[in-house]
Amino acid sequence: MTNRVQQLYAQKPKGLLSVYFTAGFPNLEDTVPIILELEKNGVDLIEIGMPFSDPLADGPTIQQSSEVAIRNGMTIPKLFAQLQDIRQHTQIPLVLMGYLNPVMQYGVERFLQKASELGIDGLILPDLPLSDYVREYKVVFERYKLSNIFLITPQTPERRIREIDTHTNGFIYMVSSASVTGGTSGQSVVNTTYFERVKGMGLRNPGIIGFGIHNQETFAQACHHASGAIIGSAFIKALAKEGSLSENIRTFIQSIRQKETA
Amino acid sequence: MKYSVDDNGFYGRFGGAYVPEMLYPNVEELRQNYLNIMAEPDFQEEMQSLLRDYVGRPTPLYFAKRLSEKYNTNIYLKREDLNHTGAHKINNTIGQILLAKRLGKTRIIAETGAGQHGVATATVCALMNLECIVYMGEVDIERQAPNVARMKMLSATVVPATSGSRTLKDATNEAIRDWINNPEDTYYIIGSVVGPHPYPDMVARFQSVISEEMKAQLLEKTGNENPDYVVACVGGGSNAAGAFYHYLDRPEVKLVAVEAAGLGIDSGESAATSVLGKEGIIHGSRTLLMQTQDGQVTEPYSISAGLDYPGVGPLHAHLHKSGRAIFESITDEEALQAVLELTRLEGIIPALETAHALAAIGRLGAKPDEVVVINLSGRGDKDLATYLNRFNFDDK
Repeated sequence: MTNRVQQLYAQKPKGLLSVYFTAGFPNLEDTVPIILELEKNGVDLIEIGMPFSDPLADGPTIQQSSEVAIRNGMTIPKLFAQLQDIRQHTQIPLVLMGYLNPVMQYGVERFLQKASELGIDGLILPDLPLSDYVREYKVVFERYKLSNIFLITPQTPERRIREIDTHTNGFIYMVSSASVTGGTSGQSVVNTTYFERVKGMGLRNPGIIGFGIHNQETFAQACHHASGAIIGSAFIKALAKEGSLSENIRTFIQSIRQKETA
Repeated sequence: MKYSVDDNGFYGRFGGAYVPEMLYPNVEELRQNYLNIMAEPDFQEEMQSLLRDYVGRPTPLYFAKRLSEKYNTNIYLKREDLNHTGAHKINNTIGQILLAKRLGKTRIIAETGAGQHGVATATVCALMNLECIVYMGEVDIERQAPNVARMKMLSATVVPATSGSRTLKDATNEAIRDWINNPEDTYYIIGSVVGPHPYPDMVARFQSVISEEMKAQLLEKTGNENPDYVVACVGGGSNAAGAFYHYLDRPEVKLVAVEAAGLGIDSGESAATSVLGKEGIIHGSRTLLMQTQDGQVTEPYSISAGLDYPGVGPLHAHLHKSGRAIFESITDEEALQAVLELTRLEGIIPALETAHALAAIGRLGAKPDEVVVINLSGRGDKDLATYLNRFNFDDK
């Protein structure tokens, strides 16, 4: 049996739009409304960020949204409580993204079991080493039908990309360039050599490009080279704007999708 | 019990390399090369000559007569405060800058708390003509102004870390983010025995010169390489790692690690990780960590910027859990009293960090015939503003 992340690519091999938001931002109880609104606006996959005090791979936007979310009272038990009935309302693929320490404190196995019960499809834990995953956690992820999604960067050697491809089963998160999240403010994320090198490797898993994707143009460029793209920091900024949540989300997603290139 | 790092980068259950993929190639490059490079004869020769002629090693082991009389035991001070730049930190930056050069890196980044590691890094960068960027918490920039001025004079760029508690933890986060953003040309000189493997082991090796010299000096002065106690302060734990290193496998030598209790262990304003921390992951390493029940890192507090850190190196976490080292914690007030005591008894003004180790002497229960070595990790020049502010010298 496959999970929704694994099914997604079969249904829609190109132009996937994945959106990241920090749970608990801008307000503690916004999690479910944001998920439903994103689905309504045609987003393909949602990454729910679990805020951490020291997010090493994140730039200022996600750092700040995480600080606000923690101050608002967001915790893993709180997030799980909010997601209790989520599968009665939507079947959109859902991935939890966060750092290892809070998950460790909750208990890794207990966390995976609970996530699976709620209908979560996968996890992104950037600081969980591949070696630890393979040695300790892979069987547990598989038991609970959860995809563990790994990051690769332009500096990741081919041998390691292949190793990651062997051990993951959802998609590969292609970090667009050497940077923390939200790092690229320019119009281009084209790192053609790297994207095409990965494309040419014939991997089992589709690649989705993230980091620095922030508007229609960068989204279209990413989609040209991979199966889709992930938007995080730019979406967080949109959520922080004046106006209602649903209006901000609609305006932002429409601005990304306006000249669909799939 | 084994106290050195294993092949996977662990000390018992602590250590490892919990880094995002963006850092993997850099950390892996270092892991594969550090031992080989350090073993090269020309590396050793260059390092030894710099340690001798530039840093001023070996540092003296000084018998502190009046302090010994006061505590009725035999107290020796390992004078790391006499190193160039005023602390032990330069032992490590000399080693790492030579390593960075051999790896072909041209841009150096560092984090700093008290500013001693920042100054030591800026110093070796000036010496080697390499660009230097130092991340420092906004709070620390304020309380350690002389060191900020020294770094700038050495032509380093000092970047304030403005997130979180705006201290050492946050400066380290920013340095790690810089490394993620600049993976090709940049080398990150970590100042303590923290971070992903191989840093804790590498920094401990570069600092191990402290206990290597201690052995020879003690043999000469007391007829025995082994003291009864080695005492050192611990934030991340680099000076303690260096002072303990060659004694780790000699159980007859008691190792005493002294943490900062801040306003008191139970005050909520403390940095005593061994008491308040539980196992977790910080800065790429599995170690003891001050954190909430939900796994958010707690903001620590100590008057001493160099000890104001919510974690501790994985070696020390292992020494604590295994019982190999005794952990003590000293409050701000006790540390300040120890500053005055050493200054008035021996004419040495110690750094605030070091004062925590000194303040623990009375708790050792050392006997009249026993030998105690205190690692005098740094001098107090950088802390003069704090001392002037806390002590009313006009009355004395």
